[in-house]
Amino acid sequence: MVNIRADGRSCEDYRHMELETDVVSNTSGSARIRLANTDILVGVKAELAIPASDRPDEGRIEFFVDCSANATPKFEGRGGEEFATEISNILSRAYDNQGSLNLKDLCVIPKQQCWVLYVDVMVLECGGNVFDVVSFAVKAALHNTRIPNITVHADDNGRTELELSDDPYDCKRVDVHKTPSIVTVSKIGHFHVVDASMEEEACCLARLMLGITEQSTVTAIKKEGSGSLDPESIYDMMETGKRVGQAVNATLYQKLQEEEKLGPNKRKAGFLG
Amino acid sequence: MLSSVNLPGGELRRRSEEDERLMRDYLAEGDLISAEVQQVFSDGSLSLHTRSLKYGKLSQGTLIQVSPSLVKRRKTHFHNLPCGASIILGNNGYIWISPTVNEDTDNTGGFVQNLEPVASSDRDIIARLRNCVLALAEHKMLLFDTSVLYTYEASSAYPVKDLLKPEVMADIVNLTEMRLEAEG
Repeated sequence: MVNIRADGRSCEDYRHMELETDVVSNTSGSARIRLANTDILVGVKAELAIPASDRPDEGRIEFFVDCSANATPKFEGRGGEEFATEISNILSRAYDNQGSLNLKDLCVIPKQQCWVLYVDVMVLECGGNVFDVVSFAVKAALHNTRIPNITVHADDNGRTELELSDDPYDCKRVDVHKTPSIVTVSKIGHFHVVDASMEEEACCLARLMLGITEQSTVTAIKKEGSGSLDPESIYDMMETGKRVGQAVNATLYQKLQEEEKLGPNKRKAGFLG
Repeated sequence: MLSSVNLPGGELRRRSEEDERLMRDYLAEGDLISAEVQQVFSDGSLSLHTRSLKYGKLSQGTLIQVSPSLVKRRKTHFHNLPCGASIILGNNGYIWISPTVNEDTDNTGGFVQNLEPVASSDRDIIARLRNCVLALAEHKMLLFDTSVLYTYEASSAYPVKDLLKPEVMADIVNLTEMRLEAEG
């Protein structure tokens, strides 16, 4: 059996992707990705809030997903809500560990104030493989996020006062080196395929969604589909996922660095353009 | 409504009641077939006919859907391309690419599907043709046997999966356009 798919790709090839960051001006960070017919827009807003009582010296990250009714016919009306909940759940699970994000860095005053990153994901068009593309866009948007630096001092009445820096360049960044990306491995016949097209998704009976970091750490696994998977298949699919995840994370990070080097004079495609 | 039947084996006869009832054994809803539209009735229903043994159920191949306006209206829709594959350019925008149909030996009447695995060399050719047709459709070029063939020849410089990249698509379509224009 040969490793050629209907469009000539091998089982571990992704299709052509276009990525742009800093597309929405009134966010702390944003990104837009297009892969085949899937179009995702992510905006990150950093806001101050009271930390959780069991994690007083850490910030938080929260995911909200909105599936636009224009994305695909089945999202008409409120049809997209279930799908949106699935996406935000797997993102929360993939990011819910000590290694992915430095949450202690988001703490301002322990037990009193911390930064919360509200990540808003908009599915503009749904053309298959949405989970993977959403995770790439989230990673890119977090990389693009600028959090203003805060100085804490006591004011005249003895109360603590937080002063946000006015300087747009005096900010701290979010380190996305260890953030996970979701890789969906679909089982079609005896083959394990990454980045399934719409036709391939229709033929696939079982899928495994893995949250993989650049260091090949698995942060989340979810199995989907009506078919069953042999434990050996699961092991093989995880190995495939780790291999592909490590490569795609490395390439994505490299492209984000390259885009940043283009500086403020880069040619912008933009969101509404 | 069944008017006459091409039976497996090639015999032709007038319909009988039994033939109508047994048709579902041969062709069920959801099967992909090639046929010609004989007539369109006023209520919108169609009558399809399979005029010869080369029409019928389609088995191994790739289906692409493009806009119907991109398919050039021609007398024949079936083409055996010299690169080693057959293509059916339907006026409805459905394009079927399959391994070369051998006219004499493979026409069993269109009810039997050949589900043998396809050789990897054939699959490579079919994948390349598929990407070429999609490149032409993306650039709104008219699809006919010559344009598809020229695009296939222009694409031989690239590996098959690179044909999915927009810049490569633009390049091969450009070469095809120039070649077609030069021929007049």
